[in-house]
This record gives sequence, C-alpha cells and structure tokens, in this order.
Amino acid sequence: MYYIDPHIHMVSRVTDDYETLARMGCVAVSEPAFWAGFDRGSVDGFRDYFRQLTQFEQKRASWSKIQHWTWLCINAKEAEDVKLSREVIAMIPEFMDQPGVLGIGEIGLNKNTKNEAIVFLEHLDLAAKTDELILIHTPHLEDKYKGTRMILDMLCDDQRLDHHRVLVDHVEEHTIGRVLENGFWAGMTLYPTSKCTPERACDMVEMYGPERLLVNSAGDWGPSRPVAVPDFIMAMRKRGHSEALIRKVVYENPLEFFGQSRNFVFTPPEMSEPAGV
Amino acid sequence: MTTPQTETPAAEVLEQEFLLIRAKILEIAAKLDRLDRAEGSANDAQLRQVQAGLKILQETEPGRAERVQLAFSLDYEDGWREKYLGK
Repeated sequence: MYYIDPHIHMVSRVTDDYETLARMGCVAVSEPAFWAGFDRGSVDGFRDYFRQLTQFEQKRASWSKIQHWTWLCINAKEAEDVKLSREVIAMIPEFMDQPGVLGIGEIGLNKNTKNEAIVFLEHLDLAAKTDELILIHTPHLEDKYKGTRMILDMLCDDQRLDHHRVLVDHVEEHTIGRVLENGFWAGMTLYPTSKCTPERACDMVEMYGPERLLVNSAGDWGPSRPVAVPDFIMAMRKRGHSEALIRKVVYENPLEFFGQSRNFVFTPPEMSEPAGV
Repeated sequence: MTTPQTETPAAEVLEQEFLLIRAKILEIAAKLDRLDRAEGSANDAQLRQVQAGLKILQETEPGRAERVQLAFSLDYEDGWREKYLGK
C-alpha cells in the first residue's frame, strides 16, 4: 500500500532511510522545521536550515522517488529567545513561495511558558496574514494536556483562522477529542516510548473515526522509527480493518489536508501497487 | 466514513491480548519490586501518579487510557491568558 508520512524530520536521517521508506510504500513525506538538538545561534543559522529544507532535501528525497514537502518556523524549544524568534519570523517569508513549502510549522508549546505563547501567537499572526496552513507541535508527557488546551485557546481566540487548515499534532487519548471537536485536523505520532503506539493509534481510529486524522512517525535524531506508519498499517490489518479505511488515514487524508496549500503539487505514483506492506 | 468498529469478538481480542497484558502487568510488578529494593526515598509526586494510574486500571468504565493520561498530566489553568498575555 502506498502511504505518506505527514511528519518526519529527514534532515536527521540518512539517505538509506529514504530508500527503506520507499521500499515500504512511502511516496511522499512532509518535514516540519524543528529543533536540531541544540539551540541555533543566529537568524542566519535558520536561513541555512530553511535552504536545506527547501532545496537540498527535496533533491535527496527524489533519489528514492519520494516527494518532499516542508514547513517553516522557529520551534517552541528555541522560542524562549523572543528577539531571535522575531528575527526568524521576519525572515520566513523569503522562503514561503519556494516549491514544496506547505505552511508554518511545527509551531506550538514545549514547556508552556509565557515566551513560547508570545512566539506562538506571532507565528499565528504571520500565517493568518499570509493565508498559510499551520502545523502544530503539542508538548510532551506531563505538559501535553495543559499545553494542548492553551494552544486550542489561542487558536480559537483568533477569528481569522479556518480550523480545517490547522493540523494539531502528537495527539493522544486525553487531547484528541478536543482537537477534533473544534474542527481541527489531528495527527498521531508513533514513538517507541512516549506519544503513541501503533495499537493505540488503531484504538483512536476506532473510537473517533478516520475523518481529519493522520498518522506519522515524527522520525528524527532521537529514539524514533521512520517506518512506524507501516507498523500502523499492519496493526490495522491484523484487526481486520479494510484496505479502504487504512488508505484513507495514511494516504488520502494527508493529500486532503496538504492539498489546501497554494504550494501543493503532487504526482500520484503509478497505479500498480509495490510489493511489501 | 463512519466510525469503524473492530469486528473481532471479545473472546478473540482477549485471546490475542492476554499474554501481552500478562507480560505488561508482570513488568510493572517487577519494576515496583525493584523500587522497593532500592535504597533511599523516591519522588513522592511520581509515586502518587503511579498509584493513581494503577488504581485506574482496576476501574470498569471505558476510557481508562484517557484517565491514565490525565493522571500523569499537569492541570490546565483557566487564567493562563491573563497571567501570560494580560487579557
């Protein structure tokens, strides 16, 4: 089955991972800007990162016949530095018309601080003024519930935003309901220890239905599994769910959400299904 | 598309999950024993969260996973906008 990984940090992965993804049926990936594991020191550091995301990474993905889209922002972990964050936000429009740029992301909260909230709101303002899609990171572990509710407060306070053009990512059992009830898209991230397992993701599809629901690996430089989406596909099959339902979640839904971006271009793969998952 | 229900009968679900459930309960029991054998005191707040989580597992109402998540979560504060954003 062909699938799309809607959230994966391929700059942190080796070229062999692209090859493996392709062999598993992955035809496209979307890569939000995120934290490199250390705080970048200047706006030029971000400019180079955005050049990598918008230029080189597309080329590297194409070597394995995978299409690559991206999202730009300064992530929540670096948002404590409000001055640098404002410099980066002012620089982002330089790249928004580059091919493959789908919107602003992954913005959000990390430790739910005042500065993170200020920078999040300024990203929202940029997205609203430029009519961009938004991809949102919700916090980890004990901070997730509180942070997700704060994020939803800020999103719902801004009357300019169309909720169907916002994806709230890393939802789990205690946050998915509010996200979907408010009309947003929701992403489930499959991680080895934190976030969500393939089996729990299946549970949430069964409880909430497949509408506005995405599944991703969020593969990055930390413990993560870039082929986690095929794990989800297998878990759904083992429960007896239909190929049509699985395809909706892992292929059609990402296309529907991303398709709202003015920069979205997608060449469907050949109709013949590859061997594998 | 409507909400998809698993068509697998309960007996079959339990058959599939039984060994995994057993293994995970055993793993938790061993971890708690390990904690007992360790010297010194542990973080009380974390221990209370663990106890709250274990209690939820014995409840009969559905939604246990969501309630376990909440037991390990910080509370939402209604007045956060005023505190952070002055509104």
